Amino acid sequence: MSVRIRVNGVEKTLDVDPEMPLLWALRDVLGLTGTKYGCGQALCGACTVHLDGQVVRACVTPVRRADGHAVTTIEGLAPEGSHPLQRAWVELGVPQCGFCQAGQIMTAAALLKAKPKPSDDEIDQSMAGNLCRCGAYPRIRAAIRKAAGMPEGER
Amino acid sequence: MHQRLLPFAVAFVLAGCGNPTADGPKGPTALRKVAPNELRAPSDFASIEDTRERSRALFLEASRVFTHPRCVNCHPNGDIPHQGMNMQLHDPPSVRGPDNHGVVGMECTSCHQDKNQELSRVPGAPHWALAPIEMAWVGKSPRQICEQIKDPKRNGGKALAAIVEHNAHDALVGWGWHPGADREPVPGTQEQFGAIVAAWAESGAECPAEGARP
Repeated sequence: MSVRIRVNGVEKTLDVDPEMPLLWALRDVLGLTGTKYGCGQALCGACTVHLDGQVVRACVTPVRRADGHAVTTIEGLAPEGSHPLQRAWVELGVPQCGFCQAGQIMTAAALLKAKPKPSDDEIDQSMAGNLCRCGAYPRIRAAIRKAAGMPEGER
Repeated sequence: MHQRLLPFAVAFVLAGCGNPTADGPKGPTALRKVAPNELRAPSDFASIEDTRERSRALFLEASRVFTHPRCVNCHPNGDIPHQGMNMQLHDPPSVRGPDNHGVVGMECTSCHQDKNQELSRVPGAPHWALAPIEMAWVGKSPRQICEQIKDPKRNGGKALAAIVEHNAHDALVGWGWHPGADREPVPGTQEQFGAIVAAWAESGAECPAEGARP
């Protein structure tokens, strides 16, 4: 089956099994390896991308669901890594090992687009599906607040 | 001595006290025994002559599906879905959100697809979402569920015919019989369940007594 997806603003036609996980198509077919494989069961959030702006776990999303739609990965979030979240991530030195960070940023980007000034409860609820085994959660929350133009440590 | 106890023993058996899931509704009429994963047919209730009593018995049979964890888990009485036969809170942590579809970043359909995902074991069906809070079934008795289902203010404005249709044919309801992976399905088939619900509606849509259990 031929699948047409607008990936990071560029039309792509993929000749793949329609049930192939979107993550496989992104990483193995298109070479976009910024999105990570973590658990493969939608339990960790490392594979988070946007499908028409909505957060999806690419590891469990069949590529057919993206047919005719737009997918944004960490590579397409902002040119030169200039998204406010990416800048905040760098300024606060958020990552430790870094493996989960693409997923964290993609979920946070969807959150800030929907809620430009989220409360801490809203941050926690939206980010609950993105695990960080290094435990960088306080810095992740602070960076989200910083990107939102809010005080970093206020609760 | 034994002769004096016999009437009590007979009453005990007829009341269906031996097996809570397979002996059918409690009452003076014995129903055909079925396995826990089976549903009775409407014809099994024909021996109940009183129409209202038959209607109540039919709902109790249907409540074997309504109260099954596979159905109840997405009818929570709070803002967090349940999962599993032990009805534990959903993991990863997720919440109802403003429209019962989760919150941004953790929408139900961020993970759940339009069908079960075999390799990842993530369950899925069309329009996967929580039931609205007014349709909460966790902790509710069959009578309370019956009253909710009939109440247009708490059933999405549905008439009885729409309730029957929903239970008989809705794809998300139907997921209960095809939950995928090693998950236990609800009893019977959706076709059999639809027939029981239709027979309940046709017999007056009576609700069982508060203490009645299937």
